[in-house]
Amino acid sequence: MDLQIALLLGQDGITNGAIYALLALALVLIFAVTRVIYIPQGEFVAFGALTLASLQAGKTPGTLWLLLGAGVAIALIDGVLAFHAGALRRLPRVFLWNLAYPLVAAALVFFAKPAELPMAAQILLSLALVVPLGPMIYRLAYQPLAEASVLVLLIVSVAVHLALVGLGLLFFGAEGSRTPPFSDASFDLASIRVTGQTLWVLVSSSLLIVALYVFFDRTLYGKALRATAINRVGARLMGISTIMAGKLSFLLAALIGAFSGILIAPITTIYYDTGFLIGLKGFVAAIVGGLTSYPIAAAGAILVGLLESYSSFWASAFKEVIVFTLIIPVLVWRSLTTHHVEEEE
Amino acid sequence: MRRRTVILAGFLLLLALVPRLLPEFYVTLLNYIGLYAIVALGLVLLTGVGGLTSFGQAAFVGLGAYTTAYLTTATELPVWLAPFGASPWLALLAGLVLTAVVALILGALTLRLSGHYLPLGTIAWGISLYFLFGNIEQLGGHTGITGIPPLSVFGLEVKFGREFYYLIWVLLMLTVWLTQNLLDSREGRAIRALKGGTLMAEAMGVDTARSKTVIFLIAALFACLSGWLYAHLQRFVNPTPFGLHIGIEYLFMAVLGGAAHVWGALIGAGVITVLKQWLQDLLPKLFGSSGNFEMIVFGLLMVLMLQRARDGLWPILARLDSRDGGNDRARAAPHAEPMPKKTLPPSGTRLLEVKDVTKKFGGLVASNKMNLWLQSGEVLALIGPNGAGKSTMFNCISGVDSATSGEIRFLDERIETLRSREIARRGMSRTFQHVRLLPTMSVLENVAIGAHLRGRKGVISALLHLERAEEQRLMAEAARQIERVGLKEHMFDQAGSLALGQQRILEIARALAADPCLLLLDEPAAGLRYLEKQALAELLRKLRMEGMGILLVEHDVEFVMGLADRVVVMEFGEKIAEGLPEQVRQDPAVLEAYLGGVA
Repeated sequence: MDLQIALLLGQDGITNGAIYALLALALVLIFAVTRVIYIPQGEFVAFGALTLASLQAGKTPGTLWLLLGAGVAIALIDGVLAFHAGALRRLPRVFLWNLAYPLVAAALVFFAKPAELPMAAQILLSLALVVPLGPMIYRLAYQPLAEASVLVLLIVSVAVHLALVGLGLLFFGAEGSRTPPFSDASFDLASIRVTGQTLWVLVSSSLLIVALYVFFDRTLYGKALRATAINRVGARLMGISTIMAGKLSFLLAALIGAFSGILIAPITTIYYDTGFLIGLKGFVAAIVGGLTSYPIAAAGAILVGLLESYSSFWASAFKEVIVFTLIIPVLVWRSLTTHHVEEEE
Repeated sequence: MRRRTVILAGFLLLLALVPRLLPEFYVTLLNYIGLYAIVALGLVLLTGVGGLTSFGQAAFVGLGAYTTAYLTTATELPVWLAPFGASPWLALLAGLVLTAVVALILGALTLRLSGHYLPLGTIAWGISLYFLFGNIEQLGGHTGITGIPPLSVFGLEVKFGREFYYLIWVLLMLTVWLTQNLLDSREGRAIRALKGGTLMAEAMGVDTARSKTVIFLIAALFACLSGWLYAHLQRFVNPTPFGLHIGIEYLFMAVLGGAAHVWGALIGAGVITVLKQWLQDLLPKLFGSSGNFEMIVFGLLMVLMLQRARDGLWPILARLDSRDGGNDRARAAPHAEPMPKKTLPPSGTRLLEVKDVTKKFGGLVASNKMNLWLQSGEVLALIGPNGAGKSTMFNCISGVDSATSGEIRFLDERIETLRSREIARRGMSRTFQHVRLLPTMSVLENVAIGAHLRGRKGVISALLHLERAEEQRLMAEAARQIERVGLKEHMFDQAGSLALGQQRILEIARALAADPCLLLLDEPAAGLRYLEKQALAELLRKLRMEGMGILLVEHDVEFVMGLADRVVVMEFGEKIAEGLPEQVRQDPAVLEAYLGGVA
């Protein structure tokens, strides 16, 4: 390996690491607020990328059907619940978000000729289709089980992951897709070529991380989420709805996931099941941070990215094995520093 | 009970007849159901009973399958491995050893951490092993290994599905029997306490980390056995059936069938296997393209199950057979020769000495430089207003929590750094202010957990039920303590069905079953009626006469004053008074603390 290859691999590693960092932040966020270990996070990466690819190819993305279907299911459930509770004034809001919104999205997909729109509009439309799926999944799968144990929630996560991967196969087929880069610009830096897309990834993930920081530190909703993460009951007593907190964290995670997918779609071919491995690497990073620390998780993500890109050079067949083995020293360290007997809830 | 036996016998007879009655297709299907059920059974033990879980069971199946495939087909084995390649049975042994080693390492890494690290660790392990199988040349890469020899049992070759059927189902029934034996034993009670009772179990002397390791190990070994059978049934292996998604399917089988019941594993394996077969036919036709679409249905089904029927299908089926039960009260209490008792230290021996013990929770000082002592044959009452730090003191003494600083001596040995189970072993036993019982277990079984340290027999004898004599004596001991505290007519009731006051009494019986010389009782009289309180006081006096030391936290002043030899009063984490009940009652500081100084 000469210096140039080393630098190239380093660039690759940092680019992927930035994506893993975003995913790790989303996972830590969801775990902290809802105690859900969110395995399906990776599916949002794939859904974001493949929805954009479908729109660009002039096809109807399958995620639209999922949005419509999930919307109808929630409208039915919440409609019946509101009816039984005699709270009919809740209905307009339920119908607006779960029926009207998906229908408007469908109208855009069918009549706005997305394939001819500028790329920024295509990206926005993809996000508009995929991101609402986050809170919808929370509503359908997790909200009825909000008080269940971490273990039950984890099994639900795995079940949701399985269903979404199957749906991904149904919607997008087994072939992978790659989207055109955001810009064709590239320049040379210290003898290696840095593409415009790499810069996009690095700049937008940094911006997103800063935005998340501002959100959590400066806004009321961000503070409400933090309060829920620290003490659910206490937050509820202060008038913070844990359901709102759950939906909000799932919304943010879906946004982060789908946007990550859109960012990397020009760099790597995305298949319906690619998201899972990407998401799991985000997990490895999150575990490095003990599922609680944002900065350590982000640093862990860069480490995972670098480890992956260098091991793909030395032992490409064993790249995945090496990355997942990284959690072993982390677990050893954690089990050596944890002492007391814990009561599972 | 007899009805159950008849059902079981009928089921076994039916199983034996199946290959004679059904066409080949169904026999094959049943073979796979049997193989999957062995794996799911391990998960029942791990997830349903123990509250842990693994998504990596398929990888353990793969370990079993690949070990035998490699050993029985390789032409040039290293010398030290060669003997294991001689027969599939020896290869099974090698596979089990290898699996045990891997499971122990994985367990050591993750089992001491919070519950979700094990499943996450097993996901990583499942993926890694899958990629390893696919990339190691000696294991045939993604094409796998072919030409695996058939099995032979007592010199007879087991080649055809119908013959294999018997081997699979006999082994499955064997694993069911082993699992049931284990659950109905001293070790089994410790395992059943893992879900929601680790703190209590540790205080009763159970090494919960060891119990967790045991069930993780057993689940892995069952999976390995299934993989070995699979390899010799298929006669070839490749990585596909050992990937993470299959590992997830195994977990679904256990959850769907009823993760806390051994027979749930069979139901779950059956339903998922048949459903998969059917969906794999139907869905591609429906959607017009091929793919594993059944996972959409499985995923949705699982979410619905967890929301609507978290206990799975087995309890629903078992409810159909509702005629048994109800007559449990007529059951005879277990009888056996008493267990050996430790001799109590002579009256007046100093049992407990607490010196300058401070406990801080962050900035809050729950207990500040507390001092107290207690001798055998004495009842010491620790009283004080709410939040005075009494229960914190209890937790520090019993090792449930560790003191920030100070010294605690029990029988002249420093114990402040010991774990609660090590302190329990030295002869201290306790009850909890907020009762910690296993509500779905019977009163008798709950009390028997207290006697955990008095049994010696381990997991192997429990699996084979070779410990029946000891078990009988443990149960008889538990029954004796239940009679002693006056709960005899509730012996076979579910602990959760008792009134709160009775549950507290149950905790005393459990503590007594440990044969302690020092008893720590945290508000034992709360929730008791007048006569029950009198009976309790009577019991405690009797224990004192026998030479036991009793440390008591209690709010009922009348109860305390009539019983205690000495009283220590705490307020805001500090001792404000100490002495005979009469003296304490007159103490101005105590009156100030309780009545706000009006007196």
